[in-house]
Amino acid sequence: MAAPFELSDDSVVVVIGTGAGGGVLANELAQKGVSVVALEAGGRYLPEDYVNDEWEAFGQLSWLDARTTSGDWRVAKDFSGLPAWIVKAVGGTTTHWAGASLRFQPHEWKAATEYGPVQGASLLDWPIDAEEMDPWYDLAEKKLNVTRTHGNEGLPGNNNYKVFEAGAKALGYEQVHTGRMAINSADGDRQMCQQTGFCFQGCKWGAKWSAAYTDIPQGEATGNLEVRERAHVLRIEHSDDGLVNGVVYADADGNEHKQMARVVCVAGNSFESPRLLLNSATSMYPEGLANSSGQVGRNYMRHLTGSVYAVFDKPVKMWRGTTMAGIIQDESRHDPSRGFVGGYELETLSLGLPFMAAFLDPGAWGREFTSALDQYENMAGMWIVGEDMPQETNRVTLNHDVKDQYGMPVANVHYSDHPNDRAMRDHAFQQGAAVYDAVGATRTFPTPPYPSTHNLGTNRMSENARDGVVNKWGQTHDIKNLFVSDGSQFTTGAAENPTLTIVALAIRQADHLARELAAQSL
Amino acid sequence: MNIQSKPRAMTRRQLLKNSAAAGSAFVVGAGYLAGADAAWATETSALEPRTMATLVQMARDIYPHDRVSDEYYVVAVKGYDTPEAAEEIEVGIAMLDGAARGKGHGSYLDIGWERERVDVLRQIEASPFFQKIRGGLVTGLYNQKAVWPIFGYEGESFSQGGYLDRGFDDITWL
Repeated sequence: MAAPFELSDDSVVVVIGTGAGGGVLANELAQKGVSVVALEAGGRYLPEDYVNDEWEAFGQLSWLDARTTSGDWRVAKDFSGLPAWIVKAVGGTTTHWAGASLRFQPHEWKAATEYGPVQGASLLDWPIDAEEMDPWYDLAEKKLNVTRTHGNEGLPGNNNYKVFEAGAKALGYEQVHTGRMAINSADGDRQMCQQTGFCFQGCKWGAKWSAAYTDIPQGEATGNLEVRERAHVLRIEHSDDGLVNGVVYADADGNEHKQMARVVCVAGNSFESPRLLLNSATSMYPEGLANSSGQVGRNYMRHLTGSVYAVFDKPVKMWRGTTMAGIIQDESRHDPSRGFVGGYELETLSLGLPFMAAFLDPGAWGREFTSALDQYENMAGMWIVGEDMPQETNRVTLNHDVKDQYGMPVANVHYSDHPNDRAMRDHAFQQGAAVYDAVGATRTFPTPPYPSTHNLGTNRMSENARDGVVNKWGQTHDIKNLFVSDGSQFTTGAAENPTLTIVALAIRQADHLARELAAQSL
Repeated sequence: MNIQSKPRAMTRRQLLKNSAAAGSAFVVGAGYLAGADAAWATETSALEPRTMATLVQMARDIYPHDRVSDEYYVVAVKGYDTPEAAEEIEVGIAMLDGAARGKGHGSYLDIGWERERVDVLRQIEASPFFQKIRGGLVTGLYNQKAVWPIFGYEGESFSQGGYLDRGFDDITWL
């Protein structure tokens, strides 16, 4: 039967969320002839809807439903109701991401083995490795049309990159370039980058890959995919045999419906996915679905992050051109002689004046702060993306004291830095400042992490059922027709921006699911 | 009443003098503030004019930008000049003046040096009132499109075709 599908149709695969994980999975399944209903909590926005205005776009696209925070991270103090800067819309955070598309390094799939025991960290090896992922990364890079892969040219460097590159080279860094980006450097299926800036606000040219205007319409064109927008999933239900049989969601008017399903794939990001599993608790599964290990919600990771901004005595105009315009990869190696395990990437970043005022030093006031903003035109900036340590106590739990608009307990996000995280961030702050000092910075700013965009690990993948929530296919250890398809599967975070890996895992999962469905194993 | 002076320069004596000069020609309860150079003017509807003048000074002392004129700070706090918000602001500014008196000044506006006004602000920094004003200014001041050019920020670029042919890589001093 072609889309749209009946609520009672229990032959469909239901995918919850349409971002890098869910959006890609839904399309890949549809391409293989599998019937898919994708439920998306947000609305549908396309390039003509995006706005080159930071706060207006933030209001248009962001997930702003209630969440709470705890732990010693500064986000809990400065942005207590906003732990994440992610998107609620068809296409999810692929609308907002900057486009950096990096493969994990081989050793990062085996962090527990490679790094050895780290006190207080719950490191674990992934049950998959670089060799297994290579072909899926190839497919992901081709899908996203990543620069500097498969014959694609790199993007040209903007002013912010030129300052960064000059400093990096003066410092002796060697792996410095304009990145592997899911932004077209030439016209193709997508238009080439026009160096407009505002990558975070949705690319109005459609030059950056976003599931919203690539995978989603491609999947819909097959007739096998129905995307229901403004369909906010409240819980997943199961039968007496313990298998899941459908999901209950609220539509745009708040009316509840149940979509029956043969298989359910959860891809609501690392806050909403575990929250949904926990909110689906029943007498058979009192701790929530797929939670016999007690691992649902645990090991929340968010990458190290932090930024370094610098002021020069002459203009930079960093906001011109791609937001993330280049990378230094020399520090991404694992080299414990630096005083920490794992590594970090340095990537250029720019914020417009409104967001710079909000994020440069949240809560700060007075002349130390405003004299920095006075030099906005002369600023350059970079972002730190480093591997943070998984910790069992960094976790998403249900906050029963705070309910969302549907009366469901909201997610509380608890995060405290591990000593390894602090050591790595301090190192990165020092190196980032050195890059800019090398080209004459008059002042540098070690800027604390923003609300998180890289949210990972709360339904982690594990070889053994006791250590995690899903197996190597993203299939939950406990319930064979329940899958996790987003970044919450991550066993460890690695140093790289996660989207390419989420996409590669989704393509691989679709291939697996289609085979299992055809074999009647599910 | 008509206050023809910059808020910062407006002392109690001037306020009294101006009030006397204005006499009954103006409706009691309606306020009017104007910059000394007449570059900006605002009427208050719910707040006492002196409260608005103090609030504008407070806003500038929280986020002082010497190249940004008072009119932008007025716009940034004008939203508090409503019947719903006025009481909380009046109470908050009274607290601020109280803190100023505690440091031996007549009122917040009587303090001549920014450094000494900042000392007073530090006294109330943890209060919900201060945090409300500061937090509101982050968007109230910096999200005004009219102030962006003062900082060199160019705002949206899509309508002009981005910067591909307009200087995305025009840096020359490296």
